[in-house]
Amino acid sequence: MNKTPLLFLNVIIIATCGLIYELLAATVSSYVLGDSVTQFSLVIGIYLSAMGVGSWLSGFLDNNLAKRFVEIELAVAVVGGFSAPLLFLTFANVSYFNIILYAMVFVIGALVGLEIPLLMRILKDEIDFKNLVARVLALDYAGALVASLLFPIFLVPKLGLTRTSLIFGLLNAGVGLWGTWLLENLIKPRDTNILRVKGFIIAVLLIIAFIKADALTSLAEDALFVDNIIYAKSSSYQRIVVTKGKTGYSLFLNGNLQFNTFDEYRYHEALVHPAFAVHDGNPKRILVLGGGDGLAVREILKYPSVETVTLVDLDPEMTKVSKSVPVLGELNKHSLEDSRVSVINNDAFVWLDSAETEPFDVAIVDFPDPNNFALGKLYTTRFYNLLKKKLKPDSAVVIQTTSPLMARKSFWCIVKTLEASGFSVKPYNTTVPSFGVWGYALAKLQPFETPSKLPENVELKYLNEKTLSSMFEFSADTNLPNEEIEINRLDNQALVRYYESEWRRFE
Amino acid sequence: MKFTRREILTAFLGLPFALSACRSKSENTEVAGEIVGANVNVGHILREMRNVEVPPNNWENVKVAIIGGGAAGLAAAYKLNKENFGDFVLLELENKIGGTAQSGESNVVPYPWGAHYLPVPFQENTELIALLDEMNLTEGRDVKGELVVKEQFLCREPEERVFYKGRWYEGLYLHVGENEEEKRQFAEFQKQVDFWVNWRDATGRRAFVLPVANCSRDAEVLALDKISFGDWLRQKGFTSERLFWYCDYATRDDYGLKLDQTSAWAGLFYFCSRVRKSGEESQPFITFPEGNGRFVNFLHSKIKDKTRMKTVALEIIPTEKGVDVIYLNTETNEIRGLHCEKTIFAAPIFTAKYLIRDFKTNPPEFVKEFEHNAWFVANLFLKDRPKNRFPRDFPLAWDNVLYESPSLGYVNSTHQKGIDYGAAVFTYYYPMCAEENARAKLFALNHKELADIILTDLSRAHPTIRELTEKIDVMRWGHAMISPRTNFLWSTARDKAQKPFRNIHFAHSDLSGIALFEEAFYHGIRVANEILPG
Repeated sequence: MNKTPLLFLNVIIIATCGLIYELLAATVSSYVLGDSVTQFSLVIGIYLSAMGVGSWLSGFLDNNLAKRFVEIELAVAVVGGFSAPLLFLTFANVSYFNIILYAMVFVIGALVGLEIPLLMRILKDEIDFKNLVARVLALDYAGALVASLLFPIFLVPKLGLTRTSLIFGLLNAGVGLWGTWLLENLIKPRDTNILRVKGFIIAVLLIIAFIKADALTSLAEDALFVDNIIYAKSSSYQRIVVTKGKTGYSLFLNGNLQFNTFDEYRYHEALVHPAFAVHDGNPKRILVLGGGDGLAVREILKYPSVETVTLVDLDPEMTKVSKSVPVLGELNKHSLEDSRVSVINNDAFVWLDSAETEPFDVAIVDFPDPNNFALGKLYTTRFYNLLKKKLKPDSAVVIQTTSPLMARKSFWCIVKTLEASGFSVKPYNTTVPSFGVWGYALAKLQPFETPSKLPENVELKYLNEKTLSSMFEFSADTNLPNEEIEINRLDNQALVRYYESEWRRFE
Repeated sequence: MKFTRREILTAFLGLPFALSACRSKSENTEVAGEIVGANVNVGHILREMRNVEVPPNNWENVKVAIIGGGAAGLAAAYKLNKENFGDFVLLELENKIGGTAQSGESNVVPYPWGAHYLPVPFQENTELIALLDEMNLTEGRDVKGELVVKEQFLCREPEERVFYKGRWYEGLYLHVGENEEEKRQFAEFQKQVDFWVNWRDATGRRAFVLPVANCSRDAEVLALDKISFGDWLRQKGFTSERLFWYCDYATRDDYGLKLDQTSAWAGLFYFCSRVRKSGEESQPFITFPEGNGRFVNFLHSKIKDKTRMKTVALEIIPTEKGVDVIYLNTETNEIRGLHCEKTIFAAPIFTAKYLIRDFKTNPPEFVKEFEHNAWFVANLFLKDRPKNRFPRDFPLAWDNVLYESPSLGYVNSTHQKGIDYGAAVFTYYYPMCAEENARAKLFALNHKELADIILTDLSRAHPTIRELTEKIDVMRWGHAMISPRTNFLWSTARDKAQKPFRNIHFAHSDLSGIALFEEAFYHGIRVANEILPG
C-alpha cells in the first residue's frame, strides 16, 4: 500500500496543531496580561522565529529521521497539549508568568519548525522534489487556514482554551503513534515498540488531564461562563473566577457576577458617594464590610479627608487576588495596598461581635446577595445592631440590597430590617447594565435628607447631581409592594427565603 | 468479655448497617480523645462504703446542705442566696458543675455535654423568667405580656435538617416523598395536638404546661398516662411510618425512650406544652454554643464560694435536731461531717436508698419506680466541617438528624455564634432507650470502640468525617434521665417522693418525671421556698 497520501494527511494535522498552539498562547497571554496587540505580535514573532530555529536545527539531524520525527511529534504533544492548562496554572501562582509563556512559545515553535523539514526529507525518496515541495507547503498553509477558522468559531466557544489545548495535544500524539505504523519500515523494530509505549503513555496522560480538568470544574465553568476564564481558584470559602469577554473583565464568586469592568464604576460610585454626601463632616474612619475586590476602596480613597479604611472580607484569597492579579490591581488602582487601608480576613458577623475598635464615620456594606444562610445572617437585625455599636451618632451607612426589580420583596425586606434595627433609611436604585436595576440603602442613626450635592474635587464618571437625586425615586414595579414584608432575623432568616423564591424564577 | 467490631456496631447501629460498614474499607483507626466525666468508681463508693467514721475535728455546723450540683441543686442554692440565706454548702461529686447541663470549652467554641436548649417560657413561669431577665437575655415583654428574648440567644435558622437516603432535607419531619395519605395523617396529628393545646379543665388549667406541677389532674388527661404513645397513635388510626418516626424521634430525644416505652401523656406533653395557642408555632428555643451550660454556670457563679466540688455524700442521717451529712473529699480522701438543720437532696432519686440511713435498710416503695436510662454524648472536634455532597442538599443546621440511625444525630456548637466556616464542634447524642443491661453494655466499651460507633454512624451522611475529626471526647451517662414510662408519671410515686422525709427535702427533675431544665429549676426554687424562714 502506498502510504504517501496518509503522510500528507499528517502534514495538515501538524500544521493545524502548530497554529492552534500559537493562537492559544497569544490568546491566553492577551487575556492574562492585557494589551492584545502587543501580545499577539510578540507571540507570533517569537513563534515564527522559533520555527526558523527549528528548521535550521533539522539540518543537524542525519540518522533515524523517521524515529526523530515520531519523537518530535510526541514532544509537541506534551508541550503543546499541556500548554494552556500550564499557563493558567502558572499565572495563578508565579510572578514571572511572561518568561514561562515566551519560553513555551519558543519551544513549541522550534519543535513545529523541525517537523516539516524532517517529513519532507522522509518523503523525498517516495516522490519527486518538485511535487513534494508543492504539496507539503500547500497542505501546510491549508492546515493553517483550518486552524484559524476552527479556533474562533468552534474551539474557543465550545471547548474552551484548556480542553482545546489538550485535544490538540492528543492529535499530535495520535500523529506520532500513527507514524510508527506508516513509517514502520524506516524505524528499527525495537525503537518502534519503545516509541509506541511512549506515545501511548502520553496519550493516556492527556486523556487523564482532560478528565481531571472536568473534575476540577473547569468544564462546568466553561459551560457556565460565556467568556473565557483567565483566573480560577477555589478558596476555602468560594470559587473565584475572573473572565475576559467582549465587554471586559468580570469577577464571579460561586458563579455569581460581582462586577464587569464595563460598568462597575456605575455600581461603585453609586455605592460609595451618596454615603459620603450625607455625612456632615469630613469622614476620617471608614469601614468596608465585604468588598474584597478593592473597588469600593478605590472610590473611598478619592476623599482626602479619609485617614483609615478598615476592610473586613471573609476570604484571604479574594483580597490576595485583588492585589496580585494584574487586571484587578489595575482596576482597583492598587487600593488594597494603600497605606491607609488595613485588610482583615474574617466573617464580618464574627468580627463585629468580637472586635474592639473606635467607631467609624462611614460604613460601606457590600456583601454578596443573601443566597444562603451564612450570607443571610449578614442582613439581620442582629447584624445591624452589632454594626450600630461601631458607629457614631452622625455616621452614614450604605448597604447593597440586591435588585428591587428582580427581587423586590428581598430588597424591601432589607430596608424594613434596617428600620427595625433603629436606622433611618433612604433606599435608592440605579441601573448597572451587567446587573440590571440595582438597589442600595442609605442609613443613618438619625433622620436625614436625601443627598442632593456631590462632593467637589472628586472625579466621577457616572454620578452627577441630577442622577444622584433621581436614584431615590422608585418606579411602580420596584417600589414598596402592598403586602406584609417580614423583618429578617437570625431566628427566621426570612430574607434568604424571599431571595430564593424570587431569584429561582430566573434560573 | 471482648466483642468484635461487627458485634459492637451491630448492637449499636443495627445489623445491615454494621455489615456494610465492616465490609467497606473504612479503617477503624485510633482517634484522639478520651472518656470524660464522672468516674463510675466514685459513684459506686456509695454502695461500698459502710460504717464510715468522721474524725471529731472534721465536723462543722451549717444550716443547710445541698446534695448535688445539677440544675435543681444549683437553683435551690441560687434561690437561698438571692433571699440572703447564706448559711449553706453544696456538695458536688464531679469536678464540673451542672449535672447533665454541664458544658466544656475548646479554643473554637464552648460546647454542651447534655441539655442544650430552653424553649422561651410562657409569661406565667415568673421565677424562670426572672432568671432570664437577671441573665440579661431578654428585651422586655410584648403587648400580650409574653417574654421577648434577645435575637442572638434564639436559635438561629436553619434550626433542623434530616438526612434520609443519601440527602439532607429541611426540618425534622420528613416531607419529601410524602403521599396524600401521609399528608392527611400528619395534618390529623397536628389537629390532635391542637385539641390538647386548647384543652382546659374545669378550673382552667391546661392539660400540658411547664412545669408539670401546673398540669391538670383531670381524669381525661391522666388516662393518657396508662397507654404508650405508640398505642395511642395506633388507637387514633395513625399508620404513617414517617409520623411514627417523627414521634419516636421526639420521645428518644426528650426522654431517651422509644415510642412504645413512653407514656402517651409524656409524648403529647412534648408536642403540646410549648405551644401557646392552637395554630401557633412552638415557643422559640433559647440556646447557646455551650447549651444549658450557660444557665448552670450562671447559677453557679452566684454561689461559687459555697460549692464543694469532688465531694461524695456517703451518708445522710436524720437526727433529733436536723440532719447529719457525712461526705468524702475524693481528692484528699478525707471524711468530713456536716451538722445541718435541713438537707436538700438534689441528686437522682434512686441514689436515696444508698445515702439516707433509714432508706438503706428499708427503702420506701416509690424509690424503685424511678427508673433512669443510659446515654452517651460525644463531642467531635473537627478541623473543618463536612461539605454537602449535593448542591441541593439542605445546609448544615443547628440540629442535624439521621433518619436511619438510632442516634439523635448532632448539634453544631458554632451555629449560634454565627461561625459558618472552618473548625467546628459537633455534639453527638445516643440514648440507650431502656435496653436490657444498657449500662453494662455502655460501660464495657472503651474509647476506641465508642469513637468507632460514632464515626461509623456519622459516616452515613459524612463520608469524610474520619479525616475531619481531630478528637472525640465521650461522656457516658449511666443514669442520664428519668424515664416517663407508662403508668409512672401519674402513679402516686412522684407525689410521695416530693414529700420531705423528716428534715430532708427533695429537689430534682426526677420528681416531675420529665428531665427538663424547667422542671429541675422549679423543684430547686420550690424546695428553697419550703426551707426559707417565713
